[in-house]
Order: sequence, then C-alpha cells, then structure tokens
Amino acid sequence: MSESIIAGLVVFVLASFIGFEVINKVPPTLHTPLMSGANAISGIAVVGAILIAGTQSSQVATTIGLFAVILATVNVVGGFLVTDRMLQMFKK
Amino acid sequence: MALDIGGWLAPVEQLTYLLAASLFIIGLKFLGSPATARKGNSLASVGMLLAIVVTLLDQGIVDYTTIFIGILIGSAVGAIAAQKVEMTEMPQMVGLLNGFGGAASALVAIGEYWRLSHAGMAVPMNVLVTAVLGVLIGGVTLTGSLMAFGKLQGVISGSPVTYPLQQPINLSLLVGFVVGGIYLIANPNDLNIFFDISAISLILGVLFVLPIGGADTPVVISLLNSFSGLAASAAGFVLGNDMLIIAGALVGASGLILTQIMCKAMNRSLSNVLFGAFGGGNTASGAAAAGKTDGVQKSHRSVDAEEGAMMLGYARSVIVVPGYGMAVAQAQHAVRELADQLEKNGVDVKYAIHPVAGRMPGHMNVLLAEANVPYSQLYDMDDINPEFERADVALVIGANDVVNPDARDNSGSPIYGMPILEVDRAKSTIVIKRSMNPGFAGIDNELFYKDKTMMLFGSAKDVVTDLVAHVKELVTA
Repeated sequence: MSESIIAGLVVFVLASFIGFEVINKVPPTLHTPLMSGANAISGIAVVGAILIAGTQSSQVATTIGLFAVILATVNVVGGFLVTDRMLQMFKK
Repeated sequence: MALDIGGWLAPVEQLTYLLAASLFIIGLKFLGSPATARKGNSLASVGMLLAIVVTLLDQGIVDYTTIFIGILIGSAVGAIAAQKVEMTEMPQMVGLLNGFGGAASALVAIGEYWRLSHAGMAVPMNVLVTAVLGVLIGGVTLTGSLMAFGKLQGVISGSPVTYPLQQPINLSLLVGFVVGGIYLIANPNDLNIFFDISAISLILGVLFVLPIGGADTPVVISLLNSFSGLAASAAGFVLGNDMLIIAGALVGASGLILTQIMCKAMNRSLSNVLFGAFGGGNTASGAAAAGKTDGVQKSHRSVDAEEGAMMLGYARSVIVVPGYGMAVAQAQHAVRELADQLEKNGVDVKYAIHPVAGRMPGHMNVLLAEANVPYSQLYDMDDINPEFERADVALVIGANDVVNPDARDNSGSPIYGMPILEVDRAKSTIVIKRSMNPGFAGIDNELFYKDKTMMLFGSAKDVVTDLVAHVKELVTA
C-alpha cells in the first residue's frame, strides 16, 4: 500500500479519536442539532467538488464536479442554517 | 496562476485547512453543551467558509463559472429548505442532507477517477482503492438516506420489508462489489466495471434500509450520518487532502456515538437493528402475541376528554410522555398549551423523554423547543423514572413501545430488556392514541389493559386541544 494511504490513515485514526473524545457526552437535548451540525461539516466534500469542477480537464469531469458542488453546498448551507434555527429555539 | 506570487499560496492553503479543521473540532465540542451550542455551529460554519474561500484560490482552478453556478444553486436550495422545513419534518431533512453529503463525496471520488483516467494518466493505486471505497460508502449513504426519507415522508411503507434470502442476496451483492473493485484496481481504465460497482453501491443502499422498520429509524439516521462523514474521508483519501479526512472522521465518530446511544436505548445490538427486520411479523414474536390475545379477551378502559381533563386538572403532578404520534399530529403547541393551563391550576408538569422517542435522536426535544417548552422541564429517562411513582397522572401522547411494561416484565416479548419510561408506576395513566392498533413494531402493549390506564382515543392534536378547553372550564367552574 502506498505511503500516502498510510499517512492518510494516521490522520484519519487520530481525528476519529479526537471526535470520540470531543463529542463523548452530549445531552439528549442536543442530539438532533449535533447530528445536523456534524452533517453540515460532512459537506466539506465541497472542497473536493470545487477542485474537480474548476480544473476543466474534461466536460464529463466538470459536469460531475458541478453536481458535486450543488449537492455539497445544499448539505453545507442547509445543514448549518437548519442547525442554527433549531438552536435558536433551544435558547429560551 | 498569476495570483500565486512566489509560491506562498500552497502553504497558506494548507494552514487555512488546518485552521478550518481546528474550528470544526472546537465547533463540535461547543455543540455538546446547550450554553455554547449555537456558537459551536457558527464556528464550524466559519471554518467551512474559510476552507471554501482558500480552495477557490487554488492554482489548479481555471474556470470559476461552473463553480459559482453550483454554489449559487446549492446555497439557494439549502437556504430555502432550511427556512421552510417544519420542525416535525426534521428527521426527513437530516436524512436527505446526509444523502446529499454522501452523494457529493462519491461524485468527488468518481470525478477524480475520471479526470485522471481521461488525462491518459495511469490512475495511481491509492486513488483507485480509495475511490472504490468512496463510491461504495457514498453510494450506500445516498440511496440509504433516500429510502429513509421515503419511509419517513410516507412515500414508501414504513414497515420493514423482508423477502426470502434477503441477507444472502445483500451479501452476494457486497461480494460482487468487492470482486468488481479488485478487478478495477487491476484494470484501472475499465469504465464499465466502474459503472457496475457504482450501480451495486446504489442498490446496496436501498436493500440495506428496506428491512428496517420505522421505529428503528433513529439508529439508521445516526448510522447514515456517520457514513456521510466516512464518505467525505474517503474523498479526502482520493484527493490526498488531510482536511477532508479529518472533517469526515469527526463526523464519522459523532454519528457512531449517536448510533451507539440509540442502540443502547433500545437494548439491542447494531446488527440486530440492521438485520433483525424488527416488527416485521417475525414468527416468534407474532406467535407469542397471538397466543396471548387468543387466551384471554383483554379489556381496556377509555375516557373522554372531559373526564381526562378532570384527572389532569385536579392532579398535583403530571408527567407528559411524548412520542412519534405527537410529531405526526403536530400536537407540540397544543401540548404546551395544555401544560400552561395545568400549571395555572397549580399542577406540576414535567416531560419525560425517551432517547428513541420519535424518528431521530433528540426528535422530541426539538419539537418541544419549537413550542417554547423550556428544556429544564424535559427529563431524561434515568432522571424521570423514579418520579413516576409520585406522579398522579402520566399522560402518554402518541408513544407506544417506549412505555410498554412488557419490555421490563415479559421475557417472551420481542422488546424485552429495552429500557422504558415506567409510566405504569404512576397513580394513573392516560394514553392518547388513535385506536387500539399496535404500534410500529406491531407489538401488543400491556400498558393499555392495566386497571390504572385510561385510553383517550383520537388524533393527538384534537384530543389535546379538547383537553385544554375542558381544563379551562375547570377553572371557571
């Protein structure tokens, strides 16, 4: 297996441990906002989507990139906004 | 690109990614506490904005039109959906967003594979392996989420769908995927195989959610949430981008934690939830339930709204137990009104929230928050269970399995061992329900036949509204 995969695995495993530690004790009240907030973060694929949509290597790749950008942006914008809307209600 | 004077851009891009990843971690940390949650969400979104802006400066990008069109459409759709969605529809919304995230990640993997193979380059081994993985996870997340959405929205039946050889078929599809994946790695430019395994991943997502019943949706949604993170990580591996890997891993961990919490709240293993086809009339439980009802004709007692209002209005303490029925009927505002009215009468009102009540983790909390119920009035299962003994009335609104005493008492029950809200310990219990039909899991509920239990039939919203009116009359009378 190539070195870059190993390097990526190191990052992946350590980040997973950080995730488990950081999120460990979440009160049930916040389960839904945590899920939708985390979901918005998973829209980080938008970064990859932008790179693919913008490189203009082939028409097909650009089209795939366009769809990826749209879906990821819906995920990001919708996710953060809806989480904020929920948390706004929780404040009271 | 002209912007990159002296090659400073690449390190700046990497450092910004590091900053963004840090903001994600801090944001998630803050999301874990009610006082800081909103700030946490904002921090994470700032991290996202930074990551996007710095990516737009990447030297490899030559065309911005496509990107901006995509961002514009995506932002508009996302913003409108976030504004318009009803709080009762939040499980569908989250499910759909999970699916979109997974699809985007899979497309990134596909796009990168396509770009390399069409540039006439040998697609590197590590890209191939991780692209195959990304397609699998992303594809399953997409169609699995769409299935969950369809079940929640009522487009497709919420009950588990089973057929002979279900698991062997799923397993052979998975094996087919693995074989196809390996073949692709050996023959990197075989596009047909690439399409084949993409199709298999999409089918797998459908088949994986098909046998899972409505009551188990909180587990599935959490798991798909975790998958959407893993898909982003896989896309990160494909592109060799550490920030994607980190962000995806964080989401993967958070989804997995929620999955664990949900499984624990049902006292079932993940594999039992995923493969057990719970409540699908599996023969053992079906026979047990039938045998019981055949033996003794069980009777229940019912009251009307007026009597119910008397019980509630003259109680000293009432514990409200909301369930999915309250969400379906959109009764949360009426419930809040009832609680207000009771409190005016000097009744102490608390809410008991079961971790898997509803269709996603924290579903009831969101609905009650929307109705302005302060979260200090909401009690977790462990905190509220000792209180039921002292409560005059437990008011069950559209909850079923989570209050079934069989889970505690009857070792033959399919839900035996699942922690429940012990409403049968209250001095009396009022159950608001449409009819005597068993709930989603199709399991008979002993609670309904107890002497202390009064059934109050009707749609949760209508019944609770009636209760409010009658409790008001008590005051004026």
